[in-house]
Amino acid sequence: MRGNGEVVVSLYYVQKLLYQLNRDPAVRRRFQEDRDDLLSEYQLTDEERDAIVEGNIGLLYVMGVNGQILMHYSALLGQKWEEYLEAMREGVRKYGPVRAGLYTLLEDREQTWRPDLHGNR
Amino acid sequence: MSVVFAGVCSHAPGITGRADRADPAVRDAFYAKLDEMRQRLEASRPDALIVVAAEHFANFFMNNMPAYCMGMAESYEGPIEDEKWLGIERTRVPGNAGLSRRIIEAMLHDIDLAYAEEWKFDHGIMVPLHFLTPRYDLPVIPVNINCQGPPLTPLARAYEFGRALRRACDAQPERIAIVGTGGISHWPATPNSGVINEEWDREFLRRFLANDREALISYTDAETFRDAGQGGFEIRTFIAIAGATEGKTGELLFYAPIPIFAVGCTVATMAV
Ligand SMILES: [Fe+2]
Repeated sequence: MRGNGEVVVSLYYVQKLLYQLNRDPAVRRRFQEDRDDLLSEYQLTDEERDAIVEGNIGLLYVMGVNGQILMHYSALLGQKWEEYLEAMREGVRKYGPVRAGLYTLLEDREQTWRPDLHGNR
Repeated sequence: MSVVFAGVCSHAPGITGRADRADPAVRDAFYAKLDEMRQRLEASRPDALIVVAAEHFANFFMNNMPAYCMGMAESYEGPIEDEKWLGIERTRVPGNAGLSRRIIEAMLHDIDLAYAEEWKFDHGIMVPLHFLTPRYDLPVIPVNINCQGPPLTPLARAYEFGRALRRACDAQPERIAIVGTGGISHWPATPNSGVINEEWDREFLRRFLANDREALISYTDAETFRDAGQGGFEIRTFIAIAGATEGKTGELLFYAPIPIFAVGCTVATMAV
């Protein structure tokens, strides 16, 4: 397993693209209008590229993308908060445990909070 | 002059972005204490506010990640996030480049501090400012401690950073307020979002309010991650404030876990 201490180069570029997408309107524009050209600047595996293009939040989470980056991509795709949380859980069910980054060490915590009791926007 | 005010508060984006979904009674009690903090801050008549924050990949990324960075610009823009998502309108926040520069020059004797002449505020700074300087009329100097992308600065160094910040501020003629903003325990933006370890938070706050340096810096990152989540790494901001107010103790104005805000919401001041 690729754990916390190991540098994972490909994950770095996935996160870098999403980071720049989050903070730079010009990068967002290129992502809409000239996606292939933009993506060619990042070292991505086919799986990573597909996950980004398809907006597969669950798989991106399993790949190890930090939530502080991922939640903004989710919002950009128009997902609501609960949809974002559910997409990550669905990702783990479908693709298995987180593969790289900080969250490989994350344990399931008992939810003391019931989103369904607090409305759903 | 010197440091005229010190405190800490939470900054989770849900505090403003998901405000309408919290229990109104708890939310309004929290907001009221943030407003009390604002009043105390204003009563100290500061010339500038230093916000010691933990940002979340808004300006700094793993291509060039400083352990500590201070802003040195005449003004800053925020929030970098979608305005509707955060519930805060984009605005320009005044800075004070000259004061930043003097503080940085002084601190470099003690800490290898990076600086930035361009900085877009994320929720880590905008949420506190929304409550503490709602008219955005007080010059702000941002500080970032990397709490997101390990390797992270050791807790003892965060305390030392606070000490150095205090020494540098005390050497300036301006009246300076310092606010730290971070966790405490939380698992933001993960499937565990909304989980809060209240027991851990209360013990951390006990150590913080007593300004018990040894106890504050005794957590290992592995322990913090296990008990307080990756969001718990942000205790570095609180520890820096403890370092800046060494020998003094604090007053807890508010603490309550608010799961839809994904954090134990905290407001506290430290004697200066
Ligand atoms: Fe944070």
